[in-house]
Amino acid sequence: MPLTESDVTWVQEPKLGLLGQLYLPAIADGLMTTVGHMFKKKVTELYPEQEPKLPPNYRGVHRLNRDSEGRTKCVACYMCATACPAHCIDIVAAPAPEGWKDREKYPETFVIDELRCIYCGMCEEACPVDAIELTTLYDLTGLSREQMIFDKEKLLSVFDVTTKAGTDPVRTRSGELGPASEPPPAK
Amino acid sequence: MPTFNWIYTAIFIAVLVGAVLNTVAYLILAERKIAAWVQDRLGPNRVGPWGLLQPIVDGGKMFLKEDVIPAHVDKVFFLLAPMVAFGTAMLAIAVVPVGHTVPPPLPMVSVNPPAYNAPDTPVQRFEAMQKGYADQFSFAIAPGLDIGILYVFAVGSLAVYGVILAGWSANNKYALIGSLRSSAQIISYEIPLGMSILGVVLLAGSLNPERIVANQIDGGMWNVFYMPLAFLLFLTSVFAECNRLPFDLPESEQELVGGYHTEYSSLKLGMLLLAEYAHMITTSFLMSCLFFGGWHLPGLTTTNDSALYGPWGTAIIHAAVLAAKMFCFIALFMVVRWTIPRFRFDQLMSLAWKVMIPLALLNLVCVLLILQFGWPWWSMTVASVVLFVLAGAWGVWSGGNVTAPKRKVRKLPPGLPAGVV
Repeated sequence: MPLTESDVTWVQEPKLGLLGQLYLPAIADGLMTTVGHMFKKKVTELYPEQEPKLPPNYRGVHRLNRDSEGRTKCVACYMCATACPAHCIDIVAAPAPEGWKDREKYPETFVIDELRCIYCGMCEEACPVDAIELTTLYDLTGLSREQMIFDKEKLLSVFDVTTKAGTDPVRTRSGELGPASEPPPAK
Repeated sequence: MPTFNWIYTAIFIAVLVGAVLNTVAYLILAERKIAAWVQDRLGPNRVGPWGLLQPIVDGGKMFLKEDVIPAHVDKVFFLLAPMVAFGTAMLAIAVVPVGHTVPPPLPMVSVNPPAYNAPDTPVQRFEAMQKGYADQFSFAIAPGLDIGILYVFAVGSLAVYGVILAGWSANNKYALIGSLRSSAQIISYEIPLGMSILGVVLLAGSLNPERIVANQIDGGMWNVFYMPLAFLLFLTSVFAECNRLPFDLPESEQELVGGYHTEYSSLKLGMLLLAEYAHMITTSFLMSCLFFGGWHLPGLTTTNDSALYGPWGTAIIHAAVLAAKMFCFIALFMVVRWTIPRFRFDQLMSLAWKVMIPLALLNLVCVLLILQFGWPWWSMTVASVVLFVLAGAWGVWSGGNVTAPKRKVRKLPPGLPAGVV
């Protein structure tokens, strides 16, 4: 439907009074604001010396969580690799070693290409056993592309570093594996 | 014209030019710092304590950058423009007092002059005064120039050639628009600039800035108290002449990619920027001298300072007082930059032609009336305030807006605002 004349409201700027027409009071008012800001508290963060306070749900470098016995929690179900929109996760599964009663498989290798990752956090959401999490580590650097491909040891060491530093506490329950690791109910 | 020791003058030129160049470097730092503080930031603080070595780094960056001369420019004028801008900026400071100065002795009229070598004739007394004047040091490169203010304005008008040449030779539409705006703006604002200062010149009876300063010190009253309106007009025109916000249309970054210096790089850009800051320094000194009593500060300086502080103390105190006033103006320049947004071009023109030129003219008429009828000078203060308020009231009375114009306009189709069809 085209606009009609009745749809249009003409807005007028307010008419200036004597003080407004004299300009100087308005300019003095503006100068007060400007000078007031000069002496306000500054918002600048001095970055390298002063680390930013990140929210706990910040999505930085990944880590592979360990359970209470120090083993990787991952059960090599490939759900994170499937969910990943950037296809940056590469897992090679193997039968779980003897004595690992709670699972059938474990990841023989677990590689994330941190350059390809878009840090969307969908792997974290997909994981049924809360094994993969994104940490608040943001200063991720490397001298080559190879350095930025994180393998299982590197991802586990991220877990060690971040839990020790206290920046990212373990968010899952007491090191137990989730319901996906439980054996299927007997028929 | 008295003679001067040319060695002192050469040394003073070197010192003053060096001081101006270094001050400009630190003004750029001050500009960045003040910009940051106004925006609740800290500003440059990495190079040296509180970023105090930043100007050296900035200068080094300017030196080391590649000096690009684009293929499409008119090379002669492209190279000439920064020189003109820089040269005129440096020339303009020649007559401006930067410290203690004494006006040259006034010429004496002697009716029926006696023999030239007779003792104690007016001629000999005048020569003795001239010698006494030449013996003491004046803090100005060319002291005692009786056309001082005229010279500053003449050289200041030449400065626009730097801008116009830069914009024209760049063969670039943005640069050309910038320089066109600059020429129109400076032609418009030269008029209130010159007319507002005429009142001060009439008050002192001289175009010599030193005599204007001396006149204020003898009267014990700064000119700004007698002529606040003239000062306001002069200050506003100076903002326009220096291309400072809110009058920085020639180089408006957001619309013109830097305006007339779009095509410049490296040290040539540095020279253009340096010229602008040098203009700020010159005009700030000029405003301090013409309206704020030069090196006069009640309570600190008196008429016999040399007896109180000694010659060196006097020189230092007077230069410091004047420099403090100058830096106050520069701080005002920088704070206003972040206070008032840029004018639209028609607003700029209507401010000059419809407000400032009539006001300057009326102000001048008031000064002439006071001179003619010998009224006391404080009536000029009253006249300034009355003129200013009347102008505001006139604005309120005559002010319409686009949709409700006060003046009669052509009959328009219903609903459409004036100026659309």
